[in-house]
Amino acid sequence: MRAPDHPVMGKGDVLLAVDNVSLGFGGVKALTDVSFDIRKSEIRAIIGPNGAGKTSMLNCINGFYYPTEGRITFKGVKRPKMRPYEAARGGIARTFQNVALFKSMSTLDNIMAGRSIKMHSNFFWQLFRHGPAMKEEVEHRRFVEEIIDFLEIQHIRKVPVGRLPYGLQKRVELGRALAMEPELLLLDEPMAGMNLEEKEDMSRFILEVNQQYGTTIALIEHDMGVVMDLSDRVVVLEYGRKIADGTPSEVKSDQRVIDAYLGVAH
Amino acid sequence: MLYREAGQFKTNYVADSAIFPLREDRIGLALIILAAYALAFLGSSFLLQAVLIPFLVFSLAAIGLNILTGYTGLLSLGTGAFMGVGAYACYKLMTAFPGVNVIVWIFVSGFFSAAVGALFGLPSLRIKGFYLAVATLAAQFFLQWCFIRIPWLVNYNVSGALDAPLRTLFGTPIMGPNATPQTRYLVVLTIVILLTWLASNLVHGRIGRMWIAIRDMDLAAELMGIRPLQTKLLAFAVSSYYCGVAGALLVFLWYGGAEYDVFNINQSFFILFMVIIGGLGSLIGSFFGAALIFILPIVLGIVLPAMLSPFGLSVGADVIEHLRFMIVGALIIFFLIVEPHGLARLWQIGKQKLLVWPFPY
Repeated sequence: MRAPDHPVMGKGDVLLAVDNVSLGFGGVKALTDVSFDIRKSEIRAIIGPNGAGKTSMLNCINGFYYPTEGRITFKGVKRPKMRPYEAARGGIARTFQNVALFKSMSTLDNIMAGRSIKMHSNFFWQLFRHGPAMKEEVEHRRFVEEIIDFLEIQHIRKVPVGRLPYGLQKRVELGRALAMEPELLLLDEPMAGMNLEEKEDMSRFILEVNQQYGTTIALIEHDMGVVMDLSDRVVVLEYGRKIADGTPSEVKSDQRVIDAYLGVAH
Repeated sequence: MLYREAGQFKTNYVADSAIFPLREDRIGLALIILAAYALAFLGSSFLLQAVLIPFLVFSLAAIGLNILTGYTGLLSLGTGAFMGVGAYACYKLMTAFPGVNVIVWIFVSGFFSAAVGALFGLPSLRIKGFYLAVATLAAQFFLQWCFIRIPWLVNYNVSGALDAPLRTLFGTPIMGPNATPQTRYLVVLTIVILLTWLASNLVHGRIGRMWIAIRDMDLAAELMGIRPLQTKLLAFAVSSYYCGVAGALLVFLWYGGAEYDVFNINQSFFILFMVIIGGLGSLIGSFFGAALIFILPIVLGIVLPAMLSPFGLSVGADVIEHLRFMIVGALIIFFLIVEPHGLARLWQIGKQKLLVWPFPY
């Protein structure tokens, strides 16, 4: 399954548009009438207090949930109801709030697993681990090694990820998402539970991914300092509704955002 | 030093991703294979017929189940039935087309059980764990019912049993009453080595990574573009293929004839225990598991009377039988407590320790 053909997008074009999306689980409304867009090559932050519907929003974008109302347009095409693997094949990668690595595999194999959709040698050659299968394996290994160099995790290449400290696991997870060469990278709290140094490293990687590869990034993060420094535009959710949208400085001075975070005197 | 990583430099990715990157491992493997072939000529026919042939057959079935349960994380209790499909398919094929060499039919019969396995694997998209195990029980009972109730499967044989007709390879009988244990052992050994090699190629490549990805974190795997249904069904098909071939070998090259009840639920559990004790997600573990569960009781049956007799204890065969069960049971518990991840993990730890010996790390 290939992504539908589309005109090549330039920086600043709308890559993904969310129009009036609502999501409900029975009586609970996780998202109500949310609209925003993500432009090509920008870093877009989604912030909001706990339970605001940020992760639900990401889950809608990568096909894990299907919005009850509204629509999502990706690369100019309205998305039909799709499974997560179809979204992945369309070019959307993501990392998780709680690390979701393949624990028993090594760092290398985890990132190689991220290349699965790019590998095509057939079952027959896989059986013999020869010819096209081995050639492909080496080709993709080369690509994976570039990611490993980029993320500075050469020393843990062959270590099972279950044994790695949390900060490194987060980094491997980013590597696995990058291995998919995504057009849109969704990062769900990439810096949760990290110390200052790890946060600085992670911020540097996010900026470099964005600048070197032009990858569009949507990021959920609670550390306001990080959000304000990294992102080009910020959308703020509260109780499943959008309350603000704009550049970091606009959002920072928005009264509703301040109220949402600091509370209102009654 | 005997077993060292030092000095073995990898200069390209092919060498670095080799299945046995250490020279010592490759030499060891070659020696084991050589010894296995030598045993065909050195071993007694009791050793070949009652110990080694069944050990290899069970190892092959355990590899099959390990692909499904160990690598892909899908619990199955239908192993016995899938083995049966292979055996019955092989019987039908070789009696319908006696002109074609039986080795061909042994390999082809696996495809029938692969198809049946994939069919019964369909529920795995929706259900996991114990619930999937119950769903595969349906395969076990339904297929066993077919083996009993469809006389066509045994060519309307009145006894309802499968029997091994005489078949030859290069003029030597390899199947049927005239085949010696030696030739049958050589055939089984070659098939098992070949299929183990293919399985090891599969699990170390893209397909193996996809299976493990589904096992370790199926949501993340799906969000990376791995299609869960196809991947799981492929695991079911490959796993059942191995079980099917093992089933055909079991009936025609070991027993020489069998009835439907060799493929009952006990057989499924037997193989599952081998996989769990040997080590989930390890090919070598499948061999260890088969050895512990199948060979150990035989060894004890021989060793125990010999050990007890110097003390003037001559115990009856029934007591030996009970002792055997007790000791095997205790050992299983012991190994699972020492290493819940199975004998394969113990083996791995041992090798790690040997690499740095005599230093602790």
